Amino acid sequence: MASRARPLSVIHWTGAAMVALVVLCVLVPLGAVMARADWPPSLGPGDWAAIRFTLLQAALSALFSLALAIPVARALARRSFRGRGALVTLMGAPFLLPVIVAVLGLLAVFGRAGWLNDALAGVGLGRIDIYGLQGVVLAHVFLNLPLAVRLILQGWQANPAERMRLATALGFSAREMRRHFEGPLLRAVLPGAGLLIFLICTTSFAVALILGGGPRATTVELAIYQAFRFDFDLGRAALLGLIQVAICVTAGVLAFGAIRRQEVGAGLDRPALPWPGDRAWARLFDAAAIMAAALFLLLPMLAVALKGLPALPSLPPQVWAAALRSIFLALASTMLAVALALPIALLTARLARPGLVEMLAFLTIAVSPLVIGTGLFIVIRSIANPVALALPVTGLVNALVALPFILRALVPAAITAEATQGRLADALGMGGLARLRHAILPRLARPLGFGAGLAAAFSMGDLGVIALFSMPGQGTLPLEMYRLMGAYRTDDAQGAALLLMALTLGLFWLFDRGGRLDAATR
Amino acid sequence: MLQLDNLALTQDGFTLSLSAVVDRAARVAVLGPSGSGKSTLLSLIAGFLQPDLGRILWDGADITEAVVAARPMSILFQDGNLFPHLSVFDNVALGLRPDLRLSPDQRDRVAQSLNDVGLGEMGDRRPATLSGGQQARVGLARLLLRDRPLALLDEPFAALDPGLRAEMLALLKSLSERRGLTLIMACHDLRDAERLCDRLWLLADGKLVLDAPMAGLRDAPDPVLQPWL
Repeated sequence: MASRARPLSVIHWTGAAMVALVVLCVLVPLGAVMARADWPPSLGPGDWAAIRFTLLQAALSALFSLALAIPVARALARRSFRGRGALVTLMGAPFLLPVIVAVLGLLAVFGRAGWLNDALAGVGLGRIDIYGLQGVVLAHVFLNLPLAVRLILQGWQANPAERMRLATALGFSAREMRRHFEGPLLRAVLPGAGLLIFLICTTSFAVALILGGGPRATTVELAIYQAFRFDFDLGRAALLGLIQVAICVTAGVLAFGAIRRQEVGAGLDRPALPWPGDRAWARLFDAAAIMAAALFLLLPMLAVALKGLPALPSLPPQVWAAALRSIFLALASTMLAVALALPIALLTARLARPGLVEMLAFLTIAVSPLVIGTGLFIVIRSIANPVALALPVTGLVNALVALPFILRALVPAAITAEATQGRLADALGMGGLARLRHAILPRLARPLGFGAGLAAAFSMGDLGVIALFSMPGQGTLPLEMYRLMGAYRTDDAQGAALLLMALTLGLFWLFDRGGRLDAATR
Repeated sequence: MLQLDNLALTQDGFTLSLSAVVDRAARVAVLGPSGSGKSTLLSLIAGFLQPDLGRILWDGADITEAVVAARPMSILFQDGNLFPHLSVFDNVALGLRPDLRLSPDQRDRVAQSLNDVGLGEMGDRRPATLSGGQQARVGLARLLLRDRPLALLDEPFAALDPGLRAEMLALLKSLSERRGLTLIMACHDLRDAERLCDRLWLLADGKLVLDAPMAGLRDAPDPVLQPWL
């Protein structure tokens, strides 16, 4: 092929350098953790309990997320109603929501003084307790249900419309629809989706930090934080880090293998198809599933908005300072993530090797942010004061975390641009910056805006590495909010939560909108 | 006999409106550019869409409101005719019993139908292991097995190469003649239409602009047919 014969340009070599940089940024801290870990390894009862709890809560979270997602995805796949597209979009919002905001929202609905408990008390029933395993699982289901629905819905919509019409023509009953559509689909989708959610939940830190804790509800990541922050036992923190890596690598290998085999379907805004074997009770069940999911996902966000609004005008100055710090950090982290992702995406498209993206995604997920943070602390400690570098280190780790998501958005568009405009540009003799500017970048504006929006939202809401490094007076908005919650300044925490939610969703919207505008004008 | 009586449907700003009659055992090709309404017409006859006005009659009985599975027709699409998780045998057997609980006699009928399309030895295979032509034959075997008097074909062989397409059309022609099937086939190519059909409908912008027998079509062509010759 002509495009293969064309030599790699500066941008592609930059991409290769960025790949090397990312690999180094992950492997050097990992090496530092390995070198610093207690040896021979000796795990106490608390460490074993943390491992058990991590695996148990991740398995339960994956199980419940899938069990609830199946009826919701089925209902969305087969029902058309006014506002369906908007509801699907809104139901994806928890994916962007800072974890600490989500948890505060869940506390407002399900907590001791929450709406649900008030309602239960009103009818003379006992109150439920959200702290511990049940709370951690509840929060993980809240955060991962949209992802599970999306994966299953995509599988459903990958069915060609003709096959659905064929089923109608053949007179399929509800039972045959389950046998020939739902059964094969769920067998194909559920293992990958479940393992992915399991993997995400094994790296849970912020949820366990707020709703867990104590010897019976500590994840490995939380144990790393405690060993680091409370005992300053770097050897034990590093050993726990290695255990965390081992758990993630095992789950990651299984999850990526299962997901690679899964076909990803068309956009989720495709209208529902006529559903053979439909019955009145099925319509009722679908309506109930959609309403229950919408309430479960939207009520906590509504609670954050309603409870935060009165406190917003009287927020203490340190909250506004932290918000400013978070915005700068999110912008810097986004710029870094884009600077890493764009050349890598162009290189991936040029080499036609999407496997490169999966390798980087695997690397940054298998070695969790907290482990990278611990490693960077160990590395930096020998040459500088890590606390003074808290914000740059957090920005770097946030960029690494966002990288796979930006690449996922960018690479397919880059491959298409190379195959179409790229070939045209080659035929016209365009090269270098002109080729990039006129032929390739216009096609990437939209996914780039979306990816940058994700990076900004993730960085804005991050409560991980910053909690390891930061000292009072230099924290980000999520950390400041956590401190307010710890000091039982609930009103201020709720005001800060609303501010954080608005800034996170606002930044995502700005970047995403920017990409769309740019794409529209070309 | 199929009667389309003042049929009309408006959808997304596009209006299809026509009246036509198809005799028993006739084979009609529906020709027209993309967006002329060929697939919409087939969807109306099949029952996937409901007309705003008009009636569809089969042998005098009004089937306009009948559910899809109860209509006297089978349908073959260009893609998506097969279920990838089922064997070739089961894919064909769905035409008899969607629950796949077959009696020995029904199993024999499925095997016979596979034989008719030249796939007698391939019943155990999965669709993914078949060529495009073989997959089309599986769909055809099921259509024949259903034994409905009317067959609707929505560009069923458009993805096949010209040689294979000609072979499939010849097979379909001989099988439909033997069984007295009434056929309506949407297609893009006049040569395909001539290979299989004895009547031509030409659609343009949702209107039937030509309804003529295939024989002698090229001798004194209607001006509206010129672009297709």
